[in-house]
Amino acid sequence: MSVIVYTEAAKGKIRKNSLEAVTYAAAIAAKVGGEVVAVIDAAVDGALHADLGKAGAQKVLTVNHAALSAGDARAWAAAMELVAQAHGAKVVVFSHDLAGKDIAPRVAVRLKAGIVAGAVDFPTIEGGKFEVRKTAFSGKATAVYSINSEVKVITLLPNSIPVGANGTAVSGSAFDAKLDGITSGVTIKERKTRQSTTVPLPEAELVVSAGRGLKAPENWGIVEDLATALGATTACSRPVADMHWRPHHEHVGQTGVAIRPNLYIAIGISGAIQHLAGVNGSKTIVVINNDKEAPFFKAADYGVVGDAFEILPKLTEAVKKFKASQN
Amino acid sequence: MKILVCISSVPDTTTKIAFVNENREFSKQGVQFIINPYDEWYALVRALELKEAKGSGQVTLFHVGLAENEAIIRKGLAIGADDAVRVDADPGDAYFVAQQIAAYAAGKGYDLILVGKETIDYNSSMVGGMVAELMNLPYVSMASKLDVAGAEITAECDIDGGTAVVTCASPAVISCQKGMAEARIPNMRGIMAARTKPLETVQVLDNSTLTKVENYRLNEGRQAVKMIDAGSMDELVRLLHEEAKVI
Repeated sequence: MSVIVYTEAAKGKIRKNSLEAVTYAAAIAAKVGGEVVAVIDAAVDGALHADLGKAGAQKVLTVNHAALSAGDARAWAAAMELVAQAHGAKVVVFSHDLAGKDIAPRVAVRLKAGIVAGAVDFPTIEGGKFEVRKTAFSGKATAVYSINSEVKVITLLPNSIPVGANGTAVSGSAFDAKLDGITSGVTIKERKTRQSTTVPLPEAELVVSAGRGLKAPENWGIVEDLATALGATTACSRPVADMHWRPHHEHVGQTGVAIRPNLYIAIGISGAIQHLAGVNGSKTIVVINNDKEAPFFKAADYGVVGDAFEILPKLTEAVKKFKASQN
Repeated sequence: MKILVCISSVPDTTTKIAFVNENREFSKQGVQFIINPYDEWYALVRALELKEAKGSGQVTLFHVGLAENEAIIRKGLAIGADDAVRVDADPGDAYFVAQQIAAYAAGKGYDLILVGKETIDYNSSMVGGMVAELMNLPYVSMASKLDVAGAEITAECDIDGGTAVVTCASPAVISCQKGMAEARIPNMRGIMAARTKPLETVQVLDNSTLTKVENYRLNEGRQAVKMIDAGSMDELVRLLHEEAKVI
């Protein structure tokens, strides 16, 4: 019996999304019994397996196949299915990120398992009922789902739970996944990756976001200064991305990226409901706007009314002073 | 070229929502329903563009929902789809919907099955991958560009930290997002034509759900906003550290 977790590494580290998923799986295993098995590409440095252990995994299974290293979603789905069968998986956990959205639905079909996509909290398991909460209706509500199949699949919304640190050592072993001939039929011709030193938006805990209130793209320096001082990732509103002031991947909101950082600072963004739909899962929201009637203030924890061009440099200085005092 | 565009009915984002029956059901009372924006703006419009570029083809809408949803299907026809199919059932869960699509599309020779990247009500992003797995077809998740040349499909999709250009053979399932097309507003001729376009109703093709919503809870709004004087940024930083504990 086990709870198995799909995990991956990037830039020489286990991804935070994966660590969250492992911790989530550990909480489930504590209730339903069995061990937490993290599955990872054999090409990933084995020294990183210890981090999976710290987050709550008891076992790390490495799977070795060119299709897996290439990120082929159907090959991964088949590998996860084989592991699930070999280890008597009760629950299969993914992060609700790009890989999870691609692989998890396939695993659910293969295992004929009920799936809840985008869980925001640990499941409630009582009297044979297995219930999982997720957000619904643009963050205006949450819905509790019961999963009625024997095997269950859950994808966990990033930044929903803290990564555990109390796990112990893991035992690693190779899993021989028979995958030959299994492929999604999709070939990657070209990867266009951005050079970036900051945390990608969906994983970022601190986000500084600006909108039309900044007036012109050349004014973004003060936004970037604040982000740098905080160690935050920058984002923007839809109009700003549509006018090409900022790149599209920075656009947060309903049609852009949905995020739930610990801190979201919105500067010169009025707070249209479509924008809120993508950010209202943020733990703390700070709104800076020169219009005291901006609807965003109603959805904020802290508000500052005034001119962004005066406030941002002051806020950046205050952050730097604070950071210096912490060292 | 035959394209099947799967459309969902969702409450408009600006709609006020409520639950009834001890919070077990979403109240449809007074709610404005629309075609899920990703399905309409990107999947449907790109399907029409591909057909127009080729000069021939058929764009069929596929919807799982009750008769009350025919208004949104007619809107899709007014935008330009040729015909539509409605499976007469409450959509249940993603697995249920995926099974209807796979069962209907099997053997009908579609070159493309398009879905939106997710619905705006539940944001699950699951149906496309399920259909691909059920039908054993290639699947491109989160595509922002889509082109077809002969039997080869080229798409651009999200990868961690960027995008990738990918190719696969047709037929395939594609989940569509911003970048692929620009929304179209139906014109009067389209609206008139939509009234007489074929809208076929079919019975449930494969009947199982694996999950069920037990209850809903409205999110409580945040505590009243705390206003900070524009000259007191040290105070804001202190509150973020000591009170909110986020820095």
